[in-house]
Amino acid sequence: MKAITSLFIPGNLIPIVAILLIVVGIKRAGQQPLWAEAYRRLGRNRAAIASLVVIAAYCLIAVLDSITWKSNVLAEPQSVITHIFHAMHVRSERTYSAPFAKITTGEPHPHPLKGWHILGTDGSGKDVLLETLRGCRTALIIGGFTSLLITPVAILLGMLAGYFGHRVDDVIQYIYTTLGSVPGILLNIAFLLVLGPGLINLCFALGITSWVDLCRLVRGETLKHRDREYVRAAKALGVRDLRILINHILPNILPVVIITVTLNFSSLVLSETILSYLGIGVPAGTGSWGNMIDAARLELARDPVIWWNLTAASTALFILVLALNVFSDALRDAVDPRLRSS
Amino acid sequence: MIGYLIRRLLYAVPILVGVCFLTFVLFYMTASPADIARRNLSAKNPTAQQIKDWEHQHGYDKPKWKQFLDTTEGLFLLRLGRSDSVKGERVITRIKESWFPSFEIALLSFGAAITINLSLALVVAYFRGTYLDIYGTTLCVFMMSVTYLVYIIGGQFVFGRLLKLNPVAGFLPGWESLRFAFLPVVVAVVSGMGASVRQFRTFMLDEMNQDYVRTARAKGVSESQVLFKHVLKNAAIPVLTTSVQAIPGLFLGSILLESFFNIPGLGNYLVDAINSQDFAVVRAMVFIGALVTIVGYILTDISYALVDKRVRLE
Repeated sequence: MKAITSLFIPGNLIPIVAILLIVVGIKRAGQQPLWAEAYRRLGRNRAAIASLVVIAAYCLIAVLDSITWKSNVLAEPQSVITHIFHAMHVRSERTYSAPFAKITTGEPHPHPLKGWHILGTDGSGKDVLLETLRGCRTALIIGGFTSLLITPVAILLGMLAGYFGHRVDDVIQYIYTTLGSVPGILLNIAFLLVLGPGLINLCFALGITSWVDLCRLVRGETLKHRDREYVRAAKALGVRDLRILINHILPNILPVVIITVTLNFSSLVLSETILSYLGIGVPAGTGSWGNMIDAARLELARDPVIWWNLTAASTALFILVLALNVFSDALRDAVDPRLRSS
Repeated sequence: MIGYLIRRLLYAVPILVGVCFLTFVLFYMTASPADIARRNLSAKNPTAQQIKDWEHQHGYDKPKWKQFLDTTEGLFLLRLGRSDSVKGERVITRIKESWFPSFEIALLSFGAAITINLSLALVVAYFRGTYLDIYGTTLCVFMMSVTYLVYIIGGQFVFGRLLKLNPVAGFLPGWESLRFAFLPVVVAVVSGMGASVRQFRTFMLDEMNQDYVRTARAKGVSESQVLFKHVLKNAAIPVLTTSVQAIPGLFLGSILLESFFNIPGLGNYLVDAINSQDFAVVRAMVFIGALVTIVGYILTDISYALVDKRVRLE
């Protein structure tokens, strides 16, 4: 009984609930003709299917890395991935070692390794493959949570500005133009200094700069729909503004918003690496491709060159971002062929 | 149009005040003047009196609203003030010293990027639908998916360490600077190439489906004439406006690029100021950055109206 209670960590529910919500959301959307048609078109697109499989694999790794338990009462909770690696006798080494090597690298007197490492080990002796896999969770949280933060804010403010116009529009436009006039990277740095380091704070800091474009888009779209006949008809029938906004305009601008959010997702993931370079990325101890790539600046200057850390992290990042780019392009084409880029 | 410009410039005033306010609030949330005083006073353990004196000297002892009004007024009159650091040099002196590296690199990468990207976009648009087009656009997506950091680290490793063609980082004045500028410019061009070529290609293809193109073809104008004469002229409008937006970057330089390559430009100056919590410098540089950005937006609108007679500024 005690084993079970110690196994249960409330944080484990978050990834499971998140995945459930996404699945339910996709299913529910599929009942609408627009999305049913979009899914059908996506299903015929082989590149889209392949990229979706890749994204799903990254999500699976991220979920496995989010579910934790303690091996005994005193131990720090460890994720499923760490447990798997532990069971496969992947142990921490002293320092760098090349992939498949038997001895450490970069020491005057190399030591024999305790285990073998497909992708070698990093400076503090951690397995590079494990660290790379742990980066998935961070990347997806940065992309996903930031999108989750900015989308409601951007939709709310953008729709209010576009629909009511006049004063409301002036105020909201003023807010985002002011934010947009400061170089984005500076705002990120400043907000991280204010909030303090941390993964969630990083999402907030990225959100501050990235909601502006989305808000501008929503405002423009709302402006376009405001004078359409269906909205005028609703008004003539005495439907209240709030209802018009939620029931009539929102469903019409939602596809464009979803496409834009998916297109922005990859740039959010990429910006993590840049912030890590500037020393304000995720804190040490959280798996991060940015920190791994950043460490490579010194590693490439060593002799022999330590290339595996950089290669592993940037390849993992590249594949995820590529899949996201291909998928969001395909989604855009599927939802609205008029927006087609090619 | 003149009326429009005046209105736009007047509208810039509240935005600039807002930017000043934002910087002010953010600054006071990250550091207190006493901290900065302690950091910048030469004495190891400054007494309370010394800190008080320092705060008085730099105007941090006044009420907050007075500080805000004073500094904002100074910025609007382009009195950029002095740095909070030990030397207390004038911000304008530093700007005069370090605008050139930023400008050189930004101008070179801007010119190179627009020439190369536009030519490549023309090529893929000319061969649209062929394998060249398909592979080209796929390559663009691949290039978009590589992080900036890898381009920089890879560029430094290949050009600097393996081929030993260029210095890895740093800067020297005069013609020598071109050798130092080469790598940052290449990184800037290559990292932006994927997204730009794809975007420019879309602009061209949008134009190719227009009626006037069909008319031109029906008249018997050759395909290359259609592309280079009719389409290019019209596609130049969106290309121009997206490019004019990059002009503010000519002033501030790429903050990231300068900090990565250790180039003593304005972007690096700003990042250093943030790291050493030199509020006076951050305030001035953010203000100028915002000013240039707003001017860039206005220039975009003007260029739009100049190129496209259908657009009226009102």
